[in-house]
Amino acid sequence: MSLEAMARGQWGPAAVGLIVGLFLLAFLVVPVVNVIYVAFQDPNTGALTLINFVDFFRNNLFQESAINSIYVALMSVVLASCFALPLAYFTTRFNFGGAILIQTLGVLPLIMPPFVGAVAMLLLLGENGSVNLLLDEWFGFKVPFMEGLNGVILVESIHYFPFILMNLSASLNNIDRSMEESAQNLGASGMRLFRRIVFPLAMPGYVAGASLVFLKVFDDIGTPLLLNINNMLAPQAYLRIASIGISDPMGYVISVILVIFSLLALWTSFLALRNKDYATVQKGGGGLMKRDLRPWEKAACYGVVVFILLLVLSPHFGLAILSLGTVWSFSVLPDAYTYAHYLRVISDSSEFITNTLLYAGLAAGIDVVFGTAIAYIVLRTGLAGRQWLDYAAMGAVAIPGVVLGIGYLRTFYAFNVPIIDKPLASWWVIIVVALAIRRLPYALRACMAALQQLSVMLEEAAENLGATKGRTIYRVVVPLMSGGIVAGFITSFATAAVELSTTIMLVSQESDAPLAFGIYEFMQSAAGRGPGAALGIIAVVIVGVATYVSHRFIQRKETRQTPDMAIVAGV
Amino acid sequence: MTNRKTTFWTIVFGLALAVLAAPLGAVALEKKLVIVTSYPPDTTTTVKKAFEKKHPGVKVEMLKKKTTAGIKYLQETASNNRSDMFWASAPDAFEVLKGDNLLQKYKVKIKGIPKNVGAFPINDPEGYYKGFAASGYGIMWNTRYLKAKKLPAPKTWADLAMPVYHGHVGMSAPSRSGTTHLTVETLLQGKGWEKGWAEWKAIAGNFKTVTERSFGVPDGVNSGQFGLGIVIDFFGLSSEASGFPVKFIYPPVTTLVPANIAIVKNAPHPKAAAAFIEFLLSPAGQEVLLDKKIRRLPVNPATYAKAPKDFPNPFKDKSIGSAVKFDLQLSKNRYNVINSLFDVMVTYRLNDLRAATKAIQTAEAQMGGKKNMAAKKLIDEAKALVAKVPITAAQASKKEFNAIFKKKRKKATTKVTGRQAEVEREWDAQVKANYAKARALAEKAASML
Repeated sequence: MSLEAMARGQWGPAAVGLIVGLFLLAFLVVPVVNVIYVAFQDPNTGALTLINFVDFFRNNLFQESAINSIYVALMSVVLASCFALPLAYFTTRFNFGGAILIQTLGVLPLIMPPFVGAVAMLLLLGENGSVNLLLDEWFGFKVPFMEGLNGVILVESIHYFPFILMNLSASLNNIDRSMEESAQNLGASGMRLFRRIVFPLAMPGYVAGASLVFLKVFDDIGTPLLLNINNMLAPQAYLRIASIGISDPMGYVISVILVIFSLLALWTSFLALRNKDYATVQKGGGGLMKRDLRPWEKAACYGVVVFILLLVLSPHFGLAILSLGTVWSFSVLPDAYTYAHYLRVISDSSEFITNTLLYAGLAAGIDVVFGTAIAYIVLRTGLAGRQWLDYAAMGAVAIPGVVLGIGYLRTFYAFNVPIIDKPLASWWVIIVVALAIRRLPYALRACMAALQQLSVMLEEAAENLGATKGRTIYRVVVPLMSGGIVAGFITSFATAAVELSTTIMLVSQESDAPLAFGIYEFMQSAAGRGPGAALGIIAVVIVGVATYVSHRFIQRKETRQTPDMAIVAGV
Repeated sequence: MTNRKTTFWTIVFGLALAVLAAPLGAVALEKKLVIVTSYPPDTTTTVKKAFEKKHPGVKVEMLKKKTTAGIKYLQETASNNRSDMFWASAPDAFEVLKGDNLLQKYKVKIKGIPKNVGAFPINDPEGYYKGFAASGYGIMWNTRYLKAKKLPAPKTWADLAMPVYHGHVGMSAPSRSGTTHLTVETLLQGKGWEKGWAEWKAIAGNFKTVTERSFGVPDGVNSGQFGLGIVIDFFGLSSEASGFPVKFIYPPVTTLVPANIAIVKNAPHPKAAAAFIEFLLSPAGQEVLLDKKIRRLPVNPATYAKAPKDFPNPFKDKSIGSAVKFDLQLSKNRYNVINSLFDVMVTYRLNDLRAATKAIQTAEAQMGGKKNMAAKKLIDEAKALVAKVPITAAQASKKEFNAIFKKKRKKATTKVTGRQAEVEREWDAQVKANYAKARALAEKAASML
């Protein structure tokens, strides 16, 4: 390639990189620095100091919190893997009826605000929930599913395991079939094939998912708080800020510590994947060769799948019952059933639904565009500072939502948007920006994994045939990444649709409020529990349908591509 | 400068308005009204609908924030204020806003509202915020839960400290909920510093959990996660009215405090805001409070004629909320210290406190009628250790000490010695050691019996 072409090729990415960089600087770095600065301020004099960190490390409670947080995050990754591995493997490896349905149902847990999930789980699995009441009546014992840290681990792993499921499935679908065939020709089969060939090749997806689970659990606030667990880091940060005030330094110190831990986790996942080449030249036609199961194997697999689905969907069952029940109190099931909650919600609160679709759709759109751009710049160009784009964007995962919210209020309230003459911090667009920033890491991980698996040789081939860089990206890179991009869009959209911790700070009028905010409001009164649950079910149905449609879209695309691939392979 | 100018014009405009309003009767209101409130939609939508029916031209926007978050929101947005009113329960929240000069005085035109409810004045004596309903604190419980576990119904705060209730009680933390703060402060004022804390810790030793939001308590009782909860009255009354198998009572040491509303300084829609206050205090507005989803005590005594049977009436039943004369100034002086003390001693050390309490209860149960002076002495020592408070009442109200816990430094030059995190660390170490020692003593006493 000539130098000129090189320069021309780098110019576009550089401009795009600059735009993305400026966006991240304005809406992530500046507000967060604005807030984190406080951690290094002496609360009394305002001078720069490390004394707050000394206070942190000498405090028994904070040490305990740090240990609890790490324990819960690790256990959640383990449990989430137990849920995700069988679902991902069975549906991608075997000819399995209802694979799309299973994949879609497997994503559902993500699209429920965690605090709503915890409410439902308490009703079903709590100390006096349905299951324990029955166990107590029949066998005279109870199982402490939801006691203390157990509850947090269970709720978190159910809520976040779809991250592993989606990323792992995408990876498995991207594995080159010929790799597997070669291994089989060389005599590998069964567990050995899985352990030595399939799983290692799917590693980028698994690590991407697992590190996301670790990070999200590590700085989740809603779930521990709803279960009234205070002795963890993120809740401590939130409680310090919420109850002592936004100028108490300890909240910010904890935020800094959260950020450091999260960055460490990310770094570890980078290390795990370093020096390994996961790219395969040909994108596998529909992934692994699917094989048929013997009847008894099929029955066993279905048994496992159904058990996992029942467990991970239990919050939804609980919520559905709650939304249809009249009074549900210290009993296995509600006293009676009614449609009234749905009627009330539909007549009063349709605004919440349209707002959510608008905000989450826009935010997810921004995320996949930026995610693809950053992935491409990081993996395919030699731009100076390109790693920093990745770090900054991923760093968003480590910023507690409350901190971002406060940062926005502090940074943008004085700034009036021209024409509409309103502070930027109370304009609905800022909610979209906040959601986009908060969910960018999900889209970015998915795009990264997709691009990592794509051999650069394909692009070189396209360019050798005369395609420009732009055309190559448009016609070759993006289409081949589409699985990852759609996965990123779904993850961003679905989780943005239920995000609460930042929006709760930024919603400045009810007509701008999204669904999660509406549910949270309803859930604050005795008569509002039913309508809140009904609104939650509506959210789940909307996002669930969107996810299902996207899955169909990917599937159709793949089946369309397969024949072409086969021809190429045949030639 | 501009700020002061606007205030001046608001006042002039307001006065002119008041003069005009008298002869004309009805004045054209603004088209919009933005209210920052901590109330759930059950309250806000019901009142909003009633108000919009009375004044069809006005569109009310309810902006829902937790009380503490609402204060912060008004503080952060004061430079560019878009909110007309602040509408919440805890009077101390209004005191904070008044102190920051963020409220606007208003004189109510409606007649017939008494001066006091219980022992508490209904309106801010300086005229910044108005009480529109009264709230007291009490105990609610789930009747199915109590029946299943064969527990008696409690009557007083002290009952909640009985060993039968171990692990069955729930409450929120004062740092998280303005209403809970009032409950804690009331008992401290009613019983005195040492005795008050001793009683709180004896009750807290029976806690199943300390909830993050004040609504977490009625929610937990309603769903049966725990049996009894310490709540503000309307949570209990509205849960009951919504059909949950729960009951609510006022214990003797409670205080009735007004729930309030105020106009925010530089409100963009002052006329609509004034109309809202007048509506809320009018007979029609007061009656809305009796709606079964709301169930708050009206401040207009006449409205009680329309209340359901058995609805508590503080203007008739003088036993409600008159035992303690609530000292707002005292509460304000030590506000943050109380929050922090409760969190250090109860919220974050709940497991240690529970273990110590359980050990003491076990030892006392084994003691029964037996005479064993040595064991009794150990148990008393253990109890004293649990009850111990790191600081005295005088210290808690000290200005210099409170400055450590102040949310905001007024000026960069304000000198304060000590940091909150440092003080709390010392407390935590003491409290943890005391609980551990109390537990050891009680266990030793039990082994002697």
